[in-house]
Amino acid sequence: MKQKLIVIGNGMAGMRTVEEILKRDAGLYDITVFGAEARENYNRIMLSPVLSGEKCFEDIIINSREWYVENDITLFAGDAVTAIDTTTKTVTSQRGLTLGYDKLLLATGSDPFIIPVPGKDLDGVVTFRDLDDVNRMLAAAKLGGRAIVIGGGLLGLEAAVGLKANGMDVTVVHLMDTLMERQLDEAAGYLLVSELEGRGLKVLTGANTKAILGDTKVTGLELVDGTQLKADLVVMAVGIKPNVALAREAGIEIGRGVMVNDQMQTSTADVYAVGECVEHRGLTYGLVAPLFEMGKVLAAHLTGGEGVGYEGSVTSTKLKVTGVDVFSAGDFSGGDGAEDIVFRDAARGVYKRIVVRDDKVEGAVLYGDAKDGAWYFQLMKDGADISELRDTIVFGQAYAGGGAQADPSAAVAALADDAEICGCNGVCKGDIVTAITKNDLTTLDQVKAHTKASASCCGCSGLVEQVLSLTLGDAYQMQTVKPMCGCTVHSHDDVRRLIVAKDMKSIPEVMQQLEWSTPDGCSSCRPALNYYLLCALPETYIDDNQSRFINERVHANIQKDGTFSVVPRMWGGMTSAKELRAIADVVDKFEIPAVKVTGGQRLDLFGVQKKDLPAVWADLNAAGMVSGHAYGKSLRTVKTCAGNQWCRFGTQDAIEMGIALEQMTWGSWTPHKFKMAVSGCPRNCAEATIKDFGVVAVDSGYALHVGGNGGIDVRVTDYLTTVETEQDVLEYAGAYMQIYREEARYLERTAPWVERVGLDHIKANLVDDDEKRKALFARFMVSQKALQEDPWAKRAEGVKDAHEFTPLKIVA
Amino acid sequence: MWMEIGTVNDIPKLGARVVQSGQGDIAIFRTADDEIFALFDRCPHKGGALSQGIVHGKAVACPLHNWNIDLVTGEVKGPDNGCSRTVPVSVSGDIIRLQMPDVKATGTHG
Ligand code: SRM
Ligand SMILES: Cc1cc2nc3c(=O)[nH]c(=O)nc-3n(C[C@H](O)[C@H](O)[C@H](O)COP(=O)(O)OP(=O)(O)OC[C@H]3O[C@@H](n4cnc5c(N)ncnc54)[C@H](O)[C@@H]3O)c2cc1C
Ligand code: SF4
Ligand code: FES
Repeated sequence: MKQKLIVIGNGMAGMRTVEEILKRDAGLYDITVFGAEARENYNRIMLSPVLSGEKCFEDIIINSREWYVENDITLFAGDAVTAIDTTTKTVTSQRGLTLGYDKLLLATGSDPFIIPVPGKDLDGVVTFRDLDDVNRMLAAAKLGGRAIVIGGGLLGLEAAVGLKANGMDVTVVHLMDTLMERQLDEAAGYLLVSELEGRGLKVLTGANTKAILGDTKVTGLELVDGTQLKADLVVMAVGIKPNVALAREAGIEIGRGVMVNDQMQTSTADVYAVGECVEHRGLTYGLVAPLFEMGKVLAAHLTGGEGVGYEGSVTSTKLKVTGVDVFSAGDFSGGDGAEDIVFRDAARGVYKRIVVRDDKVEGAVLYGDAKDGAWYFQLMKDGADISELRDTIVFGQAYAGGGAQADPSAAVAALADDAEICGCNGVCKGDIVTAITKNDLTTLDQVKAHTKASASCCGCSGLVEQVLSLTLGDAYQMQTVKPMCGCTVHSHDDVRRLIVAKDMKSIPEVMQQLEWSTPDGCSSCRPALNYYLLCALPETYIDDNQSRFINERVHANIQKDGTFSVVPRMWGGMTSAKELRAIADVVDKFEIPAVKVTGGQRLDLFGVQKKDLPAVWADLNAAGMVSGHAYGKSLRTVKTCAGNQWCRFGTQDAIEMGIALEQMTWGSWTPHKFKMAVSGCPRNCAEATIKDFGVVAVDSGYALHVGGNGGIDVRVTDYLTTVETEQDVLEYAGAYMQIYREEARYLERTAPWVERVGLDHIKANLVDDDEKRKALFARFMVSQKALQEDPWAKRAEGVKDAHEFTPLKIVA
Repeated sequence: MWMEIGTVNDIPKLGARVVQSGQGDIAIFRTADDEIFALFDRCPHKGGALSQGIVHGKAVACPLHNWNIDLVTGEVKGPDNGCSRTVPVSVSGDIIRLQMPDVKATGTHG
């Protein structure tokens, strides 16, 4: 019979150990996991980007519920172990389960340290440890107001930047004189403070908290020097303490953490411990790399392997704040016999300090350019003799060892097989190369899955890609994201995410913060940025007319001869004698050379002089017609067929449905143009199945189709779902347009977008999850409130952009 | 002949206006830092009205097929070739003046 292994703690160290055991011998243990948190195992490190909005929880799940099932692991999520009996070898849980074990693994992590000041229990005081904490902070941030973060270490700063990204006014209160004093020296600490202040955070150093103020809810904070600060939220991020209560009660030996030997055995037989809860050779750890090493050692031990055991870890740190590049490792206190090699570039905000003793790297602090961190760390761990590199070491690996090597992959090629690529998971270059060749891996994701390289903080994904490309040669296509255009290194997706995450409000702000390489962009990125901002800030963004193509700027299509065409809306393809008469009248009055029936079921007036546009619109407006947006990356037309009003086969009222859709969606701006159609039966006379959103009426209601295109690459729609009522159709249409508006890249039509993200993704948001659909729909309607204003009317009145339609001067 | 044609503020930042003249339309551009340039309003490609394009840096993207024209020289940038004729401008205070092209002197460019 299999031995029973119980794991207490469904966190990073515990589950990594389980993965390592499964890798070595999946059949050996019958595994049960207790986790106090009511959710699957996730990457705790990535809570910071979840807080800042750059990632969502789904992105950071490590092992899904299906994974537990597939591997025959019983998971009790949301059920904490409350007692261990080491004599009967059983554990008891909060919900009253008692289970026996052959081997027990403690992986309970640590608890945030709460400073014992008055007010620490008030409503509005939170810590930063798990997803619940993040949700609390996000809920508080929704209300706006002020946040104070106590603690200017890694965790505190990531919390502060995250809260700022959510729109709060943030102050960091730090006891010591420099931020991150355990990782950074004073110079780097100073640069960090100015960077954070530049982003609008306030930083108080040498500030000792005396009390948190408020009756039931936090209202502020008092410092020992008497200063009082207002606050609606206080985040305590002052440190962690190993979570040992359970072990202590069970009589297991405790120091600062659960005491373990090199095999991760505690003082009690068959009880092991890994992770932040342990004390090993007098040290406790608060980073994942050592925990993963512990997990490997223990897995080897539990599966009968012989190993050297765990000998302790040297760690390095990186701050995960987008745009702030900080790295530190080792000892940089200097002192007797230590030499400093320092490099500064004030203009670029770069500071590097390498501490060398006896020709060996003893520590490194990098600020502003941390890409060589891993290399220095490797030199340090290897105790390499650097006397030969002494003169160039500070410029980084590409330049060290003589001669500038501009090619970054040359540096990776030069790495030894035992050079560490992924610091979090301790994966060396050789491991990656072996995995690639043995398993025929070709993508970053596959390497991630096989080796764990770049699976935690993702900082090394660039290096892993270079190893891939070196190993596979031409067979590998670097997945480096394509930048939006020559003005930036960021991709469309990244720019969109960062605009939202950092709450950017204007094109110049985006260009400044994301370091555009041109002063005011180009004709490719400006319209895209204008759209992204408009979509992110529907109620407040002021459209930048100069960043729109001429057609959208003057609300008419430019023709090859410099004249314009005018297409008024004909709702659902319906028109009337009054509209037709008004059109006939403007054609005569302004001597418009041609009128044509378009492929979109309406009329196009060709060859209108630019100066006449406002007057033409005024006349069309007077007959009740508005802009048809035939010129825009926007809702174009909703084609309809005769439907059951007239047709002998019609099952529903296609005309009425089409008009309702057009009236709800007109005016909306989209990443590319957006067309719809409604057919009254599956004969599909309105060609609904080559539209961005198509409706085909059936006896029982309306079948909805998405992602069609009748243009350059004809694509038939994918079937989404069938709904019953007209109101359902409207809700799905609005929600679908909104998810397209929020997620697609500028100038990407729904057809390629649907193919890129997959129909399942769309179904998951629209069909499988009523709440998500309703939320998307609600956001669409909020945005429509601001957008449904006839652009022609304002210009016809002459109140907007009059300069567009008149020459500056007429000279002989 | 120098001629007053309007003020800097008559033209939107990163935008353009047209001066209609006997010799054809002249596009007057204003950059983000308020520099003013003038070109004949004809793209060397297929005659697109440059005044209708997107102004960025010291260049304009033609509205018809997106060629980029350098506002300083009138030259087409990048892979394509061609040149739009420039017109001398001066700005004093807010006032823009244009040196109206001499009818005889056409043909050097464009
Ligand atoms: C006027 C019209 C042709 C007509 O007389 O029927 C037309 C005219 C133009 N179409 Fe179209 N399209 C027109 C219906 C269509 C249709 C049919 C339809 O909507 O049912 C299609 C195929 C369906 C589709 O889009 O999926 C169509 C597919 C395109 C495409 C290819 C799109 C694609 O994704 O592959 C372009 C190029 C583009 O958008 O980049 C395009 C672009 C153009 C432009 C805007 C070219 C341009 O950038 O200047 C043309 C403007 C002419 C002008 O000077 O006014 N037009 N165009 C139709 C206006 C419909 C309306 O009432 O708004
Ligand atoms: C916001 C944040 C950012 C971080 N950034 C980094 C970083 O950039 N780099 C880095 O290396 N490290 C980082 N860390 C630290 C890293 O996340 C931890 O070192 C790591 O998660 C510790 O793993 P663990 O398994 O020991 O503890 P945890 O991951 O905390 O897992 C312990 C689990 O045990 C559960 N548990 C506790 N008691 C019981 C019980 N009695 N019964 C059942 N379950 C119990 C807990 O609920 C928890 O889920 C960060 C941490 C945070 C919070
Ligand atoms: S098919 Fe469309 S884009 Fe092509 S010439 Fe006709 S109207 Fe213009
Ligand atoms: S006419 Fe200017 S690019 Fe074609």
